[in-house]
Amino acid sequence: MIAEIGHYALALALVFAAVQGTVPLIGAARGDPRLIGIARETAVGQAAFIAIAFFALMACYVVSDFSVATVAQNSHTLKPMLYKVAGVWANHEGSMVLWVLILSLFGLSVALAGRNLPPPLRARVLAVQGLIGVGFLAFILFTSNPFARLDPAPIEGNGLNPLLQDPGLAFHPPFLYLGYVGFSMAFSFAVAALIEGRVDAAWARWVRPWTLAAWCALTVGIALGSWWAYYELGWGGFWFWDPVENASFVPWLIGTALLHSAIVVEKREALKSWTVLLAILAFSASLLGTFLVRSGVLTSVHSFASDPARGVFILMLLVLFIGGSLVLYAARAPALKGGGLFAPISREGALALNNLFLCTAAAIVLLGTLYPLILDALGGGRVSVGPPFFTATFVPVMIPLLAAVPVGGMLAWKRGDLPGVLGRLKLAFGAALLAAIATLSLASIKSLLAALGLAIAAWLIVGALWDLASRLARARRLPRSAWGMTIAHASVGIIVAGITASQAWQVEHIALMRPGDVAEVAGYEFRFNGASQIRGPNYVAWRGAVTAMRNGQPVAAMTPEKRTFPVERQTTTEAAIHTTWLADLYVVLGEPDGAGAWSIRIYYNPLVPWIWVGAVMAALGGVVSLTDRRHRIGAPVRAARPAAQAAE
Amino acid sequence: MTRKRRRLVFVVLGMLVLGGATALVLTAFEDSLVFFYSPTDIATRQLPADRRVRIGGLVEAGSIARGADGLSVRFVVTDLANTIPVSYRGVLPDLFREGQGVVAEGRLANGVFQADEVLAKHDEKYMPPEVVDALKKAGRWQEGATK
Repeated sequence: MIAEIGHYALALALVFAAVQGTVPLIGAARGDPRLIGIARETAVGQAAFIAIAFFALMACYVVSDFSVATVAQNSHTLKPMLYKVAGVWANHEGSMVLWVLILSLFGLSVALAGRNLPPPLRARVLAVQGLIGVGFLAFILFTSNPFARLDPAPIEGNGLNPLLQDPGLAFHPPFLYLGYVGFSMAFSFAVAALIEGRVDAAWARWVRPWTLAAWCALTVGIALGSWWAYYELGWGGFWFWDPVENASFVPWLIGTALLHSAIVVEKREALKSWTVLLAILAFSASLLGTFLVRSGVLTSVHSFASDPARGVFILMLLVLFIGGSLVLYAARAPALKGGGLFAPISREGALALNNLFLCTAAAIVLLGTLYPLILDALGGGRVSVGPPFFTATFVPVMIPLLAAVPVGGMLAWKRGDLPGVLGRLKLAFGAALLAAIATLSLASIKSLLAALGLAIAAWLIVGALWDLASRLARARRLPRSAWGMTIAHASVGIIVAGITASQAWQVEHIALMRPGDVAEVAGYEFRFNGASQIRGPNYVAWRGAVTAMRNGQPVAAMTPEKRTFPVERQTTTEAAIHTTWLADLYVVLGEPDGAGAWSIRIYYNPLVPWIWVGAVMAALGGVVSLTDRRHRIGAPVRAARPAAQAAE
Repeated sequence: MTRKRRRLVFVVLGMLVLGGATALVLTAFEDSLVFFYSPTDIATRQLPADRRVRIGGLVEAGSIARGADGLSVRFVVTDLANTIPVSYRGVLPDLFREGQGVVAEGRLANGVFQADEVLAKHDEKYMPPEVVDALKKAGRWQEGATK
């Protein structure tokens, strides 16, 4: 019964979305306030019914109702409760319900909190959101019904892929989707602006917080995915340039560009049509990411089912939304009067440069991701584009961008004083030089690239802090956005340091070890004490006991595991990680040789924890910026208009 | 600076960055594309010398032999028409098994494929698409046989 309620609620949500996607557009065109007002009611209705469907699906998982096909395929009574709940979005059908739920919640927040928006603009934004909702609700109902019944119902479910039974992965999809779908707000605002033919500073001020919120969520989502790959896959790496990783990275790069170009629109009313294009592209990249990951075009842990009908449907949606919005853009963008061209040496010039590099980087990543698919489709044979390609292309594009960050942040609007800014960055330049020299003279393995990486990291961190300090010296109170920018830019330095050090000085040691054997890796001694069998809630495991020591003194007791899940008939590796915050000690239990010894992999990963710290800090910087007065001013003013509300 | 000059600066800068990126991509494609070969491809065609390639197929039953150090392993990859011996040193992925599909990356040396990477699969039902293609080409693919 619960499943039928959920299914019915989805169908009702589709009807609401269809009304939301059409009537307000007509109303806004005719200037009819009654039709415009419908946007708000339908957005609330759509969100309510999708929420009912989502919680109905969750209820089916929680009570393990195996008469529902997706539950039977992806759950099991013995699964811990967290993974029963997370199991809702750990499969294709459920994850699409989460997708539309987040979409409708964004629509709901515009409907409820967007009272400062001019009603026609709000109606158009909600209408575009409604149209996206129609597309994806139809996709769910016609190709991926999560509530389909099984008859007869199996007694027990198939369980969930054990790799996905992990706290990191339980929260990875919701954050990723908050980011992906969050860009739909920028998209809707862009399309609404194109329909109205008007983009101004106010428009940029409305778009920017949504973009920023989406960007923060996407940053956290990508970091969670990377963190998961790091400790769960047991290969000691954190980023593999895997197509599905790239699929989430491209929207991030374009979203980052959008964040920066929207500032130019807000402050200088320039780069207008470019910003609108970026808003369209950011969401298009999100849709493309959804298509690549969900259609089964790419084989990975994410491609749950490769049903061609689904791929074709998403491809149609893709063509419709991306193609439609680009056609609208081509028709209307020339009418958006820009603020004229600005001086190259200025804050806005630096932000344009930022956009140029970020978009080039996004294009490179996209090309490397799609090339094997295109070549295969053209019958050119199977190739793989791996990390060497991305290192050779992405890194050279990033280096000038990152080197320009502290300079750009200090340039004045309109006309910047480049020599003056460079003069004020003396301290940061000194720090960078020092970092490079220290790297070249102290490190055991000399690497020019590592020296360059750490120099850029020092340049970014000291540059950001120095900028903040000199601003604080001039003004007593700084806007929160200045703090946010400092935190975000410094965190990029921290991430760069983490990536550089782990690439340059990771130590890998593989050995066959008997109980009592000691391996020496990077100044630490690792003593293998043996392995024993243990029993978990829904798995059995071999647990190794390894003592990490430094100069004979125990540092950490480490317990890497090799888990076997009988229901799913699958084995997973649980790496044991001890972090000193300057480095991770990372131990993986391999295989027994049958005579009492185990193959054991030990990694010394310098500065890897900084990558996660940096990513969290970057998102935090975004959140601090979000709380800026500028974004709160004109934000929903409670009360004041009770009469108007009643009439609505 | 006149309007025209400003525009010129941006156009030139944009061309430089895009041109540089294109050059980078083209050279990287030249050097770092990894092509896939099935055992039959290797038997019938010349492999490009000194280039990393991927091979794939099924791990032949009874072919896994471990070295004395417990870390090196030799096995035979087959597409059921031709075979190729593979040698690898390191820890194999969790789902490495006889009769299962496998993809390995490395170089061919003296008739033996020296793998430096054996690719992990995510679940046991999954068959690498390259392997499916290789088996199809060798005429040995049965739909649903490995499910």
